[in-house]
Amino acid sequence: MAIEPTGPRPRRNFDPTRIMIYSVLAVAAVYYLLPLWVMVMTSLKGMPEVRLGNIFAPPVELTFEPWAKAWDSACTGLYCEGLKVGFGNSVKILIPSVIISIAIASVNGYALSFWRFKGSEVFFTILIFGSFIPYQVMLYPLVIITRELGIFGSLAGVIFIHTIFGMPILTLLFRNYFASLPEELFKAARVDGAGFWGIFLKILVPMSPPIFVVAIILQVTGIWNDFLFGVIFAGTKNFPMTVQLNNIVNATQGVKEYNVNMAATILTGAVPLLIYFVSGKLFVRGIAAGAVKG
Amino acid sequence: MKSIEIKDLSLKFGDLTVLESLNLDIIDGEFLVLLGASGCGKSTLLNCIAGLLDVSDGQIHIKGNNVTWKEPKDRGIGMVFQSYALYPQMSVEGNLSFGLKNSGVPKAEIAERVARASEILQIEPLLKRKPAQLSGGQRQRVAIGRALVREVDVFLFDEPLSNLDAKLRAELRVEIKRLHQKLENTMIYVTHDQIEALTLADRIAIMRDGKVQQLDTPHGIYNNPVNKYVAGFIGSPGMNFMPGKLNGGGTPQIAIKDLNVDLSRYPFANGASVDGADAWLGVRPEHVSVGRDAAEKAFSHEVEVEVVEPMGSDTLVWTTLAEQEFRFRMDGQKDVEVGEKLNIGFDPISASLFDMQSEDRL
Repeated sequence: MAIEPTGPRPRRNFDPTRIMIYSVLAVAAVYYLLPLWVMVMTSLKGMPEVRLGNIFAPPVELTFEPWAKAWDSACTGLYCEGLKVGFGNSVKILIPSVIISIAIASVNGYALSFWRFKGSEVFFTILIFGSFIPYQVMLYPLVIITRELGIFGSLAGVIFIHTIFGMPILTLLFRNYFASLPEELFKAARVDGAGFWGIFLKILVPMSPPIFVVAIILQVTGIWNDFLFGVIFAGTKNFPMTVQLNNIVNATQGVKEYNVNMAATILTGAVPLLIYFVSGKLFVRGIAAGAVKG
Repeated sequence: MKSIEIKDLSLKFGDLTVLESLNLDIIDGEFLVLLGASGCGKSTLLNCIAGLLDVSDGQIHIKGNNVTWKEPKDRGIGMVFQSYALYPQMSVEGNLSFGLKNSGVPKAEIAERVARASEILQIEPLLKRKPAQLSGGQRQRVAIGRALVREVDVFLFDEPLSNLDAKLRAELRVEIKRLHQKLENTMIYVTHDQIEALTLADRIAIMRDGKVQQLDTPHGIYNNPVNKYVAGFIGSPGMNFMPGKLNGGGTPQIAIKDLNVDLSRYPFANGASVDGADAWLGVRPEHVSVGRDAAEKAFSHEVEVEVVEPMGSDTLVWTTLAEQEFRFRMDGQKDVEVGEKLNIGFDPISASLFDMQSEDRL
């Protein structure tokens, strides 16, 4: 006799759909994690052990020497001071670039969504169109522009470039977010006598942490991982970490120190990784919070 | 004294004309309701008065000042929105005082005004809460309070009760009416709900396609609609419309199919019936009498009950009169069966006649 259905529907723990989903996920995870495994293992071995070629095997003799060397004394071109110089430079480029680009883009997005002016749509289209042109096309003109401005080969130069190239995507991001906020809120603030900046700073910005977090994540990872603008516009003294990493890894003299290269690469990639780990939850919560009406 | 004067106001978005040379005078202390179907321009008009939309032509005067080019904050208005539009990150107190802080009112006075407004609206226990922690009715009260603290001459309401459930809507409706009786401010209230309009208004302006169709007291609009649109818009269930031909002469009549309705008691606008003109006869379902009362009316006829809709206090009956659908309302306590024959009647004095072409009242 069949059981009379009552209460919660019984769940099968191993139905075929679940098995499929988990096996696909497991394969994908292994596929992406394997290179990282190899990198971490290699960076913890001494050179004799690396030469044995067992790239998947964990180290027999654990050593942190390659990490210390990569950070402190690996040779990047002429100087042998390790990646720490590049790290410092990257931070010096990153912080002002992120702050300036987000500050300008959020105001742009606000103006484009609430203070529509004649031709604002055209302006927005042009801005978005700019993001489809390959960067390489614009390099030479930008070199000349920054040279004329007197900021070529300096921190200011590379910050200027990052701010410009962050503009299209960030403006789009902010415009769309602000456009999703109720227009009546904006009207109410106008009746209450708040002006352009009053509405932005007192009403909209406090409502928008999620989108600012998204923008920060985008910009931090984008600017930290940048190589092209750093190598062209920053000048030799201000080379960011990515450029120095390249100089270490692609050194043509002496022995290839795979363990040091691996350690240096992980160090360089640590910042974006950290951002994702720390903000992952915030990121999701931010998106979810935006979806629910207050 | 005039509180608000709107002179030849037009608003165009490109080729689209939303408001067309609109004129409206609102008396000091009046409760005016702008009523119309969605898209008729009533909210747009309110936004123009508030200064949230720039007009294409014409002038707006508030309290004798020409405010056509003034910012919303300088017009002496307070506004309440449908979605409440409370600032979500501020407490109730912050919401109430935001406008006052912006205009540089001294702290002591802000506290005093917030205290007074929250007392009137009974939101004192909520002052420290955030909008997200309030119910819909409480939120709308805070939104009204935000207009109240500004101590302005004119209050603008943009469908303030549309987001509330039926019970709360009825409660807040009375509260708004009380508030108006207490403050005696000029209030302009936009709604698409005719019950709100009829219950709240001193005068109602019925709008359609950016024009005011009729501006009159609720009584006048209900009893003497100027055209067929207004007649059909006001009243629920809607008015019955029957096409017929007018007969002039000694006893004016309208012939609807094989039915003749005596119009000698109908107050014609120009004094007399036009012989041979096509017209609509409009009869409100609630003006129809049944049974013994019907026989005493100027017009009575026997009909067969087709559909019965009991609504508690009264019952709506669908039937056929002169080969077309006819609804009437009867006492909810009486039993009516489908198929039953009833004698119904009405008095032409409470009916309306509209010209077939222009649809204007005759």
